[in-house]
Amino acid sequence: MKIDDFFKLLKKYNVEELEGVRIEGDIEIEIESGANLLPIIQALAQELGMAAYHLARASKILGFPVEQLFGGELKEVMEKKLEKKEELPQELVKAEFKPYKAKFPGKINEVTLGATPKEGGTRKYTITVGGEKSLPFYFFDAEQPHLPVITIDVFDKPVPFPKAVREHYEDVMDNPAEWAKKVVKDFGADMITIHLISTDPLLDDTPIHEAVKTVEDILQAVKCPIVVGGSGNKEKDPLLLEKVAEVAEGERVLLASATLDTDWERIANAAKRHNQVVLAWTQLDINSQKTLNRYLLKKAGLSPDSLVMDPTTAPLGYGLDYAFSNMERIRLAALKGDADLAFPISSGTTNAWGAREAWMKESPISGDTSWGPRELRGPLWEILTGLTLALAGVDIFMMLHPASVAVLKDVISMLGGKSKESVDKDWLVVA
Amino acid sequence: MKAKSPLEIYKFLPQTNCGECGFDTCMSFAAHLLDRSAKPTQCKPLVEQAKKDEKAKKKLQQIEELVAPEIAEVVIGTGDYAVKIGGEDVLHRHELTFFNPTAFFYDIPDSLDDKEIDERCSKVVEYKKFYVGKFLTIEGMAVRCVSGDAKRFREVVKRVAGYGRPMILVSLDANCMKSALEVVADKRPLIYAATEDNWREFLKLALEFKVPVVVRSKDLNTLKSLAVTFRKAGIKDIVLDPVTEPMGEGLRRTFERVIQLRRTAIHEDKDVAYPIMVTPISAWVIEGDDVAKAYWESVIGAIFIVKYADVMIFKSLEPWTVMPLVILRQNIYTDPRVPVQVEPGLRKIGNPDENSPVMITTNFALTYYTVESDLTSAKIDCWLLVLDTGGICVEAAVAGGQFNANGVKELMKQTKIEEKVKHRYLIIPGLAARLKGAIEDETGWKVLVGPIDSGRIKGWLEQNWPPKNGDKP
Repeated sequence: MKIDDFFKLLKKYNVEELEGVRIEGDIEIEIESGANLLPIIQALAQELGMAAYHLARASKILGFPVEQLFGGELKEVMEKKLEKKEELPQELVKAEFKPYKAKFPGKINEVTLGATPKEGGTRKYTITVGGEKSLPFYFFDAEQPHLPVITIDVFDKPVPFPKAVREHYEDVMDNPAEWAKKVVKDFGADMITIHLISTDPLLDDTPIHEAVKTVEDILQAVKCPIVVGGSGNKEKDPLLLEKVAEVAEGERVLLASATLDTDWERIANAAKRHNQVVLAWTQLDINSQKTLNRYLLKKAGLSPDSLVMDPTTAPLGYGLDYAFSNMERIRLAALKGDADLAFPISSGTTNAWGAREAWMKESPISGDTSWGPRELRGPLWEILTGLTLALAGVDIFMMLHPASVAVLKDVISMLGGKSKESVDKDWLVVA
Repeated sequence: MKAKSPLEIYKFLPQTNCGECGFDTCMSFAAHLLDRSAKPTQCKPLVEQAKKDEKAKKKLQQIEELVAPEIAEVVIGTGDYAVKIGGEDVLHRHELTFFNPTAFFYDIPDSLDDKEIDERCSKVVEYKKFYVGKFLTIEGMAVRCVSGDAKRFREVVKRVAGYGRPMILVSLDANCMKSALEVVADKRPLIYAATEDNWREFLKLALEFKVPVVVRSKDLNTLKSLAVTFRKAGIKDIVLDPVTEPMGEGLRRTFERVIQLRRTAIHEDKDVAYPIMVTPISAWVIEGDDVAKAYWESVIGAIFIVKYADVMIFKSLEPWTVMPLVILRQNIYTDPRVPVQVEPGLRKIGNPDENSPVMITTNFALTYYTVESDLTSAKIDCWLLVLDTGGICVEAAVAGGQFNANGVKELMKQTKIEEKVKHRYLIIPGLAARLKGAIEDETGWKVLVGPIDSGRIKGWLEQNWPPKNGDKP
C-alpha cells in the first residue's frame, strides 16, 4: 500500500485530522508519547470510529508493529468499533458554551443636558447620556448606565411635512410653545428640539433678538431639557446660538450645531460662558469628527462633559450603510481608547422622511411591487433608520413621528433591560 | 479566515506571475484571496497540476483551508434560486464586508387552503423592489406543519415546491418531516428543527436525505451539544436557532444569545461557527392587532439583520413591511470597499432627438439609477448628463462643491451635448437650485430648475417643457 492510498482510505472515512498522530516522510508513522499508546488509540477510536481500525490496519501494512505494541487490547477496541459501525449516537455529546468576553479600555464621556433650579437652571429634570464601556446593549460585557433618549422636533414656523406626519401637528404648527407641550405630554418626548429655521435669510430672515423669544417661550412651556437648532446658515447660526446661550443662561441647552465651516469657536465660547452643551456636526467622516472635536476641546477649551457629536444620519436606503459604519467606527475607536471620539452620539433620525419610500404615495417605478399604504411605511422608515443606528451607538435620537417614537422607545427599553415582561408562547403554534 | 497576510497564502502558489488568474502577480492574487475578492480555483496552473500531482493537490487544499470563512456556508435549495447563507468573516462590516445577505423565508402554514397557499407563494415569488440599478427580491417559503397531519403537510410541501424556490420545512415531528422529505429532499430544503427531544430522529433524517438541518435550543450549552453531536455524526450543513423570544426580557436575552454565538464563533469556538437563524415571526404570538404585530416583526427583523442573523422566517408579506427590510438588508450587506459610482458622461434615455430636454444628475449610483429608472418608467425621451461628483449625491455634492458650474461646463464640452440638441436649456435638480446663476454664467445655457425628486419629473415637464419662451438665450 502506498501512502496515497492510505490518505484515500482516511478520506473515505472522513478523517481530516488525527490528533496526536503525525505522519512524516513517505512511510514513517510516528505516534507521540510512546508510553501511553493505548489511551491515544482509544481516544482515536472514539473520535474516528472505523477510521481507527483502518489506521491501525494501514499502519500494519506500512510496517508499523501494531500488534506487538498493543497486543490483544487493540483487537478488542477494533472489534468493538466494528460492531458499532452503523449505529448513531444515543446521547448528546456534552459541550459547554463559553461566551467570548470583550473588555474595552475606553469609556464614553457622560454629558448632562438640562439643569434644575439647584443646578442653576429651571428644568424639572436633567438627562444624562453616555457612560458606555461596551457596544450598545451589550450588558453581558459591561453595564450601560444610561439608555438612549428621544427628542422630538418642533419648528418655529409651519413646515411642509409629509401627510402621515402633518396630521399629528396640524393643530399646533403655528405655535411652537403649544407644539412643544404636545410632544412632551402626548407623545412622550424625553426632550424637545426647537429648530429656529425662520432665521434663514432665504426664508423669513427673522432677526436674532426676535428668534430667541421663541426659545424663552419654550423654556416656559415645557420643563424638560431642550435642544436649540439654527437654520443651517453658516454666518448667522453662530451669532444666533450665541444669543440663545445667553438667554437660556445655565440651562445646559444642546446648541445645534458647530461645524468645521462655521465659527465653532464662537459657539463653544458661548456654551462655556453660559453653561450650555455643544453639538459637533460633521458629514459622514470619522476624521472630520475627530478634527472638529479636537478644535472644540483643545482650541476652544470646551469641557469634555459638554460635547455631543452628530456624525450625520443618512436614512434607510439613502446611505444608511455609511451612517451606520461611520458611527460604529467612531464608537469602537472611542471604546478602544481614542479620547477625541469618546462622546455621546446624536442622530437626526427625522432625515428618514427625506426618503421617497417614506412619503410618496406609490412607486414611480414600473416593475416595483406596490409599496403599500404610506401611513404605515413612513413611520416604519423612521423606526428602522433609528433602530439601525441605535445598534451603532446613538445616545440621542431627534425624531418626528409619534408612532416611530413610541416603537423605538419600546425597543430601547427592552434591549436596555428595563422591561421585565416576556412571552413564552412558541411561534410554531401561531395561527 | 485563518490567513492573516497574503504571504501565508503566497507560499502555496506557483509564484510564476503567469497572470492567468486575472491578476498581475501571484502576490496580488494572494491579496485578493485574502479579502475574498478571488477564489483559489482561479489559479489555473495549480488546479491543473492538482489533477495529476498529490503535492499540488495538497497545496490547493491548504489554500482553500487558509481562506475558508470563519462561519460555515450552508446552501438551501438547488438550481438558480439556491441561496447561500453564513460564510461570514467579521463582526463589523467596515472590517471587511458581510458576504451572504440574510435570507428571507415566508411562513406558509399547512392549515391554509390551496388558494391561500398559492396567493402567499405568488407574493414571495413576484416581490420586486427597484434599488440602485437592480430589483431586490426575497428568497423562499417556510412551510409549517400546523395540522399535525403528515399527509396534509406532504401535500402542501409538494405544492409549494412547485414554485421552484428554496424551502424551509417546519415541524418538530419526525414523522411529518419524513413524509415531506420523501417528496422534496432532492430540492435540498432546510429542515427545522432538531431539539433536545427529537434530535435522534432528525439526525437520522438529515443523514438519510442529505439535507441541511436547524438545531434549536434557548440553552447555548444544549445548542452547542446538538451541533457537535450532529457534526461528529457526519452532518456538515448545520444552522443554529437560539430561539427568538419576541419581547421584553426575552428579546434582550435573544439579543445576547445571537451576539454571543456569533462573536464567540468568530473569535474562538469553531463548534458554533454555523449560520444563525432568527424568527421575527415570533412577534405574532404577542397580543395586539395585525398592524402592531407586523410592526414588531419588522423591528425584530431589523435588529438581527444588523446583528448577525443569516436566515429569517417572517409572516407578514405586506409590501410596507417587506420593502424597508429588503432595503435595510441591502444596505448592511453592501460591500463598503466598492465605491457606489457609475461612469460619468452622457446617457440617452428612450429615443431623444434634437428637441429633447437635457437634464443633469450626479454619478452617485443610487441617485443615478433612481433618476434613470424614474425617467424610463415615465417614458420620457431625454438626454441625461451624469456629472462626476466622486459618487456623492446631489445635495451633499452641492454643499461640498463637487457639483459646481465649472464641472458642468467641462462635462458639456466633453460630451458635445451642444451638437446633439438645437435648444440651449439645461434642467438641473431642484436640490441644486442655487447653482442656477453660476451655471448660466459658465455655460451660456439657460438653466431650468427641476423638481427636488426625480419621481416628479413627468408632471414638471408637462408644465415646463417645451419652455414657454422658445427663444434661444
